[in-house]
Amino acid sequence: MIELKDINIPDDIKYAEDHEWVSVEAPFRIGVSDFAQDALGDLTYVELPEVGMKLTKGEEFGTLESTKSVSPLYSPLSGEVTAVNDLLEDEPGQVNSDPYGEGWIIEIAPANLDELDELLDAAAYQEKLEQEE
Amino acid sequence: MTHKFTPAGTGGLVLQEKLLWEKGRKGREGMSLVKSDVPPASLPADICGSGPDWPDLSEQEVARHYTRLSSWNFGVDTGMYPLGSCTMKYNPKINETMAALPGFSGAHPLLPASACQGSMRLIYELESYLAEIVGLKAASLQPAAGAHGELCGMLMIAAWHRHNEKSGAPRKTKVLIPDTAHGTNPATATMSGFTEVKVPLGPKGYIELAQIDKLMQDDVAGLMVTNPNTLGLFEQELADIIALIHQRGGLVYADGANLNAVMGYADLGRMGVDVVHYNLHKTMSTPHGGGGPGSGPVAVSETLIPFLPGPRVVKNGDKYEWQTDLPLSIGRLHGFHGQFGVAVKAYSYILSMGQNLKKASALAVLNANYIKEKLKGAFDLPFDQPCMHECVFTDAKQRAAKVSTLDIAKRLIDLGYHPPTVYFPLVVHSAIMIEPTETESKEDLDAFIAAMLEVAREAGEEPEKLHAAPTLTKARRMDETTAARKPVLTGDMMTGESK
Repeated sequence: MIELKDINIPDDIKYAEDHEWVSVEAPFRIGVSDFAQDALGDLTYVELPEVGMKLTKGEEFGTLESTKSVSPLYSPLSGEVTAVNDLLEDEPGQVNSDPYGEGWIIEIAPANLDELDELLDAAAYQEKLEQEE
Repeated sequence: MTHKFTPAGTGGLVLQEKLLWEKGRKGREGMSLVKSDVPPASLPADICGSGPDWPDLSEQEVARHYTRLSSWNFGVDTGMYPLGSCTMKYNPKINETMAALPGFSGAHPLLPASACQGSMRLIYELESYLAEIVGLKAASLQPAAGAHGELCGMLMIAAWHRHNEKSGAPRKTKVLIPDTAHGTNPATATMSGFTEVKVPLGPKGYIELAQIDKLMQDDVAGLMVTNPNTLGLFEQELADIIALIHQRGGLVYADGANLNAVMGYADLGRMGVDVVHYNLHKTMSTPHGGGGPGSGPVAVSETLIPFLPGPRVVKNGDKYEWQTDLPLSIGRLHGFHGQFGVAVKAYSYILSMGQNLKKASALAVLNANYIKEKLKGAFDLPFDQPCMHECVFTDAKQRAAKVSTLDIAKRLIDLGYHPPTVYFPLVVHSAIMIEPTETESKEDLDAFIAAMLEVAREAGEEPEKLHAAPTLTKARRMDETTAARKPVLTGDMMTGESK
């Protein structure tokens, strides 16, 4: 477990309460935060959705399996899945080593961009993590 | 005060053992086969592969191999196994004696009813006891394990809804599942054709009526609930929640994983539960894990009786018969009649305990609360309130010393204990879930508490001991990540002779 001050929280993306992140301009990529990957531990399997799946905000779209646990992934936005990161099928550890880069999970065509405003910015996410500590 | 601690685990002779493929000699066999007296006929080459790489071993080599491996093992007959939510209680040996009676162990499942009246009586009576213990109306022994029992329960709920939809009831597509549920619950809901709606926990660690009121819509089939929940807490508002769910046309499945806390105390029938599954291998002292198989009977309310799996044993006068005319039944869930040998062990346990089943639950709860109180100074206790049969700590007090839940669990192995459940339930960050069960004596509990306090002391003073643990076992820290990402599943892959 790394300490909170060492957690990387980029400020050009938005965060969900469930620790997913989403980019704020196209392509709208979704992944999990540095905090989430650290809490989960080494990932061993990423269950990805099919391209074309329609999601509503908060809906489960996949799972992350680590040596510790299996955790659902919830979509921070409504919309249609336009791409999935196939690399993760063979290299789930990318989510651990590069959660905001090569470890992205899906791309989505948002149905309603206003939903972005309901998500946390980096400062609010940081504050949420501090409160839970 | 000087600290004295004598661990239950000590060093000793640990025998080495190779893989089966590294033992023996080409051509060695464990048996002599009779010479064939028919001419050999070869199969077409295109349907033959190279065949498996069998190890070449004598019987003695095989016997020693598995005996040596078993000496590296740890089970409830070795020591305390406080694996939360798994109820690893002691398995009384009388259960094995009963299950080995030739009339039971030799009975073929295709015997005509007239030739197995005793076995049928046992099924009939055990089903009625299991229903009685939880306050429900009928039961089925068919489900072969806990998750199978869950599936059975949810298939019955689905069948009930589909039946009602024929006469105009709204289509049900969703199931409510609390945050603390076992991972099998959402899987079961999905297998039964529903999608999961997550119910967040209230601040005190249990589900709240107000949440259910919001989520229980027309398209919701009902609720899957574990009570006591996986935090070891009794669901305080459950009776009202169930009443609301019934009022809105839903049914309630109770996960029986934690029944050991409430046997003879909680009347699930009066609570309004429609179906509950038992884990006989948890609650009824039958072997668990590798010693299994498991068994996951279900008990149901009046509403669901017609939907139970069939065929069912019924009593006609003083004869037992198979009832097969069950038009609403979800059908067979098992090739025959469930894990019959396990059922004999559970029947033996229930009869030998009698009224003391209630005492078992009382002591299971007392033991968990005793451990909780003794350890809450040394370990962080996220929900500080009376618990049921298990208590949940975290590594928060050890984190400053860079000691994690995993380190604590691994160090306990060196001190002679099986680790508790770790990193579950998911709602608690880095959980350590301890379930002592009623079968540990006060001396055993005190020894375990002393071991946990020793680990807490070491975490502060000698954290490197925890990072290095376990040191006394045959194998040290396993590389769980590589094992999961690149599994080696056959012996020839291991020895590099893969064809």
